[in-house]
Order: sequence, then C-alpha cells, then structure tokens
Amino acid sequence: MIALIFRRVAGLIVTLLLVSAILFAVMDLLPGDPASVILGTSASPDTLAALQKEMGLDRPLVVRYVAWLGGVLQGDLGRSYTYGVPVAGLIAERLAVTVPLALMAVVLSIALAIPLGVQAARHQNGAWDVFSGLFSHVSIAVPAFWVGLLLIILFSTTLGWLPAGGFPGWDVGVADGLKALFLPAVALALPQAGVLMRVTRSAVLEVMNEDFVRTARAKGLSEQTALWRHAVPNALIPVVTMLGLQFTFLIAGAVLVENVFNLPGLGRLAFQALSQRDVVVMQDVVLFFSGLVILMNFLVDLAYLVIDPRLRAGVR
Amino acid sequence: MGSQFLSASTALTRRAVLGLAMAAGLVLAAGMPAEAAPKTSLTLGMAVEPTGLDPTIAAPVAIGQVTWQNIFEGLTTIDRDGKVKPQLAESWTISPDGLTYTFKLRQGVTFHNGEAFDSSVAKFSIDRARGADSVNPQKRYFASIDTVETPDAQTLVLKLKQPAGSLLYWLGWPSSSIVAPKSAADNKTTPIGTGPFKFVSWTKGASVELARNPDYWNKAAAAKLEKATFRFIADAQAQAAALKAGDVDAFPEFGAPELIESLKTDARLATVIGNTELKVVAGMNNAKKPFDDKRVRQALMMAVDRQAVVDGAWSGFGTPIGSHYTPNDRGYVDLTGTYPYDPQKAKALLAEAGYPNGFSFTMKAPQMAYAQRSSQILQAMLAEIGVTMTIETTEFPAKWVADVFKGGNFDMTIVAHAEPMDIDIYARDPYYFAYKNPAFNEILKKVEATSDAAEQEKLYGEAQKILATDVPALYLFVMPKLGVWDKKVVGLWENEPIPSNVLSEVHWTE
Repeated sequence: MIALIFRRVAGLIVTLLLVSAILFAVMDLLPGDPASVILGTSASPDTLAALQKEMGLDRPLVVRYVAWLGGVLQGDLGRSYTYGVPVAGLIAERLAVTVPLALMAVVLSIALAIPLGVQAARHQNGAWDVFSGLFSHVSIAVPAFWVGLLLIILFSTTLGWLPAGGFPGWDVGVADGLKALFLPAVALALPQAGVLMRVTRSAVLEVMNEDFVRTARAKGLSEQTALWRHAVPNALIPVVTMLGLQFTFLIAGAVLVENVFNLPGLGRLAFQALSQRDVVVMQDVVLFFSGLVILMNFLVDLAYLVIDPRLRAGVR
Repeated sequence: MGSQFLSASTALTRRAVLGLAMAAGLVLAAGMPAEAAPKTSLTLGMAVEPTGLDPTIAAPVAIGQVTWQNIFEGLTTIDRDGKVKPQLAESWTISPDGLTYTFKLRQGVTFHNGEAFDSSVAKFSIDRARGADSVNPQKRYFASIDTVETPDAQTLVLKLKQPAGSLLYWLGWPSSSIVAPKSAADNKTTPIGTGPFKFVSWTKGASVELARNPDYWNKAAAAKLEKATFRFIADAQAQAAALKAGDVDAFPEFGAPELIESLKTDARLATVIGNTELKVVAGMNNAKKPFDDKRVRQALMMAVDRQAVVDGAWSGFGTPIGSHYTPNDRGYVDLTGTYPYDPQKAKALLAEAGYPNGFSFTMKAPQMAYAQRSSQILQAMLAEIGVTMTIETTEFPAKWVADVFKGGNFDMTIVAHAEPMDIDIYARDPYYFAYKNPAFNEILKKVEATSDAAEQEKLYGEAQKILATDVPALYLFVMPKLGVWDKKVVGLWENEPIPSNVLSEVHWTE
C-alpha cells in the first residue's frame, strides 16, 4: 500500500509538470498583450516597450517558463501584474472564502442528497421517489446563480435576515463570515444535491438487489438496519467518486455564484485575471486547480481503500 | 486574577448604569429623544475594481475613480463643470509665445507620509511621466515639454518645444498626479498623495478603505467624511441588491439602466441621471472598402435612428450625439441634425455610391451589454436599407486591442470611448479608424497653438462639424451617469466631466 501511494505521488508530480508546460504555452498563445491591457489605447509604442521590459515580457518564452517554474518550485508564485502583490498571498486570501464556501456546500449537499436518495431507493416508484426525482430534476435544471438571485430577493432585500452579498472577512467574526456564506452555499449545494441524490438512489437500488442484502434480511434484520448497515455502505463508492468531482468543481467553478453574491473567491480571481490578462495569476491559479483535481482523485482513491476492504487486500 | 476581573466588570457596570441614568436625565430634561449625529462614513459602490492604485502607470479609469482628488492631486485640477482650476500650483503665467509656463507652487503642502511638496517634487513627478522608461498611459501629453526648471522651491518653469494649449487641462488629469519621490514606486499598492483622504487598506477583490487626512493643506476644502469605503460589485443584480439592502450608500455609476425603475420605487434612494464622457461610437475601418467611401458612411449614419438605439440599448437613458464630443465638453455643438434618420435618403445615397443592393460586413462587438445591444439594434436598422451585418463578439479589452485596435482587422466595431476631450484621436496616426483628413489635423494643431479659451472652443466646434460630415464612425450616444444614492448623501457629482468620484465635499445631511 505504501508503494502504491509512492507511485501515485510520483505520477502526480509528473502530471503537474506536464500541465505547467502546456499551461504556459497556452497562455502565451492567448490573444492580447498584458502590457496593452494595462496601458490602454492612448499609450505610445515606446511606453508599451518600457512596460513590457519592466514586466519581463521581452524575454523568450522558454526563459520565462523556466523563471516561473523555478519560482513556483521554491514557493515563489510571482507578482500579480494588476494588483502588484505576491500571487501566493492573493490565492491564500481567496481560499479563505472559497474553501469554507465549498465545504459548506458539500455538507449541505450531503445532508440533502443522501437521506433523500436512500429513501427514494427504498420506496422505489413510491411518493418519496417521485418527490425526490422531481427535486433532482428541478435543482439540476435551474442555474445556481438564478437560485442565488431568488434567495437574495427573499432573504436579503425582502426579509433583511442575511446580507445581500459581499464578504466581511473572518476577522470581523466567524458568525458574520458564515452568515455571508450561507446563501451562496445553498445556491451552490442545490444542483450538486440533485446530482448526488440520483447517484445515491441508483447505487443503493443496485445494492439492495444483491444477495448479501437479502441474506441480511433473511437472518432477521429489520428493513432499516439492513439498509443502513449493509446496503448503504456498499453503495458508497460511486457516491464518494461524485463527491470528489463536486468538491473540485465547487472550488474552481463557483464563478457565477461568486459574482451574484459578490464574493472574493478563487473562481472570480481566475476570471478577473483572464479578462485583465494577468498572466502570472492565471498560470498560478490554473496550476493550483490542476493540482487540486489530481489531489482529489488521489484522495478519492484512498477513500475507496477505506470503504472497500477487498481493494485493500488486492493492494497488499 | 478572579477578583481583578470581578472588580473591572463591576466598575464597568457602575459606569454604564451611571451613563444610562445621565442619558435618561438629559432626555427627560430636553423633553424629547436625543437626535443622532449625522453619519461620517460612506460606502460607495463601483462596478470595476481598479488594477493597482497608481493612476500614473496604468490606464483603467477605475484607478482614478478611487484615487483622483481623494488621495492624489495635481498642479491643476478639473472641477465638476469640467473647468481647469489651480490646485498644487496656486497660479501661473504663460509667455506670449505660449512656450514658457511659470507656476507659483503652494506652500505648506505635505504628503501623507510627511514628505514636503516643493518644486523639486513637481519636477520629479513630471520627469517620471515623460522620461525614457516612463510607463505613463498618457505620456504623449508630456511630449511638448522640453525642459523642467526649478529656479526656487516655490517656482516651476516648463519650457515647451511647441505651444500646447491643452497643457493646463492635461496637468489636471489623474495620470498627471503629483507623487512623492520616496513613495512613488509603491503607489500601486500603497498610494501616498497630498489629497484630503489617506489610503488605509485594500482588500483585494472586495474593497478599498480611505480615511480623512487631518493634516490636509486646504482647510477650506477638508474632507467632511471620516471614513470612505469603495466596494467593488461587478454584477448589476448584486449592485441593486446591495443598494436596496443598504450595504452600499451610493452607486455613482450604476451598471444596469433596465433596473433603474425598480430602484426608483425605493423611497430611501435618489436616482440622479447625469452625463459621462463615455461616447458610444461604431467606428469603421476607413481604409477598407466600402467604408473608404464617405457616401457609404453617411448613408449608414442616416440609416440609424439614434434615439431608438438609446431606447433599446440603454432604456432611454443617454444623449444622442452627432460627433465625438459630449454636452459636458466646452464648445459642444449639437450635430445630430447633420445626418438625421432618413432610410429613404440613405438608400439613395448608397445606390449613388454603387451599392444599390447593399452589402455585407462584420461587426466586432465587445461583450459588454451596451455594445451587444447597440449592435443588434444597428443590425436591424441597417437591414432596412439592405445592408447585412454579422455580429462577432470580440473579448474586450485584450482581444479587441490586439485584433481591432492594433491589428486593424475589422470592418466595424463599437466601443465607448472613456477619455474626456479625446477628439484628437481622429488626428492620430496610426489609429484604428484609419481616418485621414489633413484639414481636421490642421484644426487640432491650431487648438494647441493657442491658449485663448474662446478661440479653442470655436476650433473645437469646427472639428466636430468635420467629423459629423465625414462620419469616420457612427456617432450614437453619450452614456448616462446613472447615480443612485441615499437621499441623505449630498455632494456627489451629478455629471462626470472626467472619470472620478470626488469625495471631499460629500457628507450626510442628518
């Protein structure tokens, strides 16, 4: 098992290096020059040249790549063209919003999806099943940012219970921070819960027809105990896989919801950097996302080992 | 330790009770509830977060909208009517040949870091903007300066290569801000100026906070607010929600005209519609067929019902224009009547130019709402005279600058030109319109050759008339300044003769 982990980590590093090279090349191919974006339409050619020199953009592609990668390996992610501050600090600030938001959304999504999914499987084609089917259709079909707008109209502008957007910062107080993240977390969680519920339902349904569940019931376990002790744990592998995918999506793909709630999250940083051609920030953020996806897959694989003893035996 | 805590808490309670009793007594004595003092802090919303806070090294207008006149000041300034006024230079004289400007500088001015302002600082700022390695976005405005001399600490002399009649106006711009030698390099992240507000903090992606400068040199114009916070909210729905929830007190440039009606119903909010300098124009590639034929351009102009564009694209807010000039600008002439909406005449003129059956072309439209909507309306209007427009969305600014602005690879595009008094762009070569008219260039040269304001205004009038007749671009409308703020907030500018949020006079009435 240790050997497997080592092999996976080595693979992870090679993948990241490849990603970094492709990423750098793609960013260079992107139309638009960062210096012209900064200096606007009145700048004269010599001013542009001066800024390109100052930004180091006059050096050849390979030199710039090596300089950037060397910095990243030493923990120096470079300086943002637009903000003028180190990118590492920028990403850290954004993660302080994005990670709690994603965690909250995942917890909400699990709390909604697993009970609904399991109940739907248990009462297949019953009232519960129809209701949860409806729930999942609607929550997947309705865009998260629109749900966000409706939530703002109800809870912020009409009832005044929660802030309409923005993030006060954790130093103001944990309660205020959580309050600011609650509505966006709900908006993010609903579509995720819809998908997760469907996966849970079909996984549990499949397992319930297995022999071992029948055996469990035959030996006298109640319906509920057989379900939760035997069926659900065996149905977890697809559910965990889906959760892993969803978590990375929530970190990287929350741009629209962050926009509606005006949250300074990582997705919005990436989007802003793209429109401003803040290439250094883009490279670092995308590399971070790639690393995160690879890491999540790795963690999901490890989770399989925990969930399924047979896989552990196979590894040994 | 326990007893210490106890005694502190009892003392606190005792003080609180005493305070309450006294307050109650006062209220009783007055016979009515105590009135709350006016608020001294303001939260102001902006759609775009600035990229750095130094207006002398980057072009985005959001930088000036936070810093100009709040943190940074210039030798001259531009007031709410667009007029040039003295600031760090208290007066000046111009030699009869227009080649020597002698400024008398203000005494007793210090920067927020304690550095004193004198002629050497002014020289430093100007040399930094015009030097060989300058990255000033408006470096061209300093090109006429030959030498900068400092005969004494209170005198600055600019010797010019050729007369520059707009120099005093340009010196009032955000990009001409006076910066201190010691702090200039760090102004991008921690700006230090001479203004009525000091920079406090910048939470990236969220807000910039400023505080009153207690040592401000101009006691008569000292800030009334103790604290000002700029909050950046990109999404128009989120802007509206923040206003309604009271999270922001003012949105001087609200982003979505279609939501204004819903904000008007809020009794707490005032909507103040003014003018900006943003000229929405559909620029054509004057070097390319069929746009190289003046008659074709004139025909297209006559096919456009400007008011319908304003109604459709911007909910009826905005003022139609006939050339590259706004009603804010000095010497403005209304030229919307030069080629008024007349599809029949347009068709006839198009036939005369050799296109009786119209033609097809591509419009490269940025992703912004005004550009997309205006393009769609133009598409329908031009179809009426047999001209087919294909709309191609082009990412602004990066791809647009590369493709259209620098590459010249386009037929027509549509952009809001933000810089005030930039009619001279039609005399620049190269510039993306590829418009060349020596008579026009001559007039703009004359503007710079004189420093007589009346003469300049007359010349600007002539320049506008040439553009209205030649139609290098379809002149559509001036973007309105959709100001929405708490009715108790006073002092914000109604119009925006230069992109800014000047806060020195802003205060709460109760």
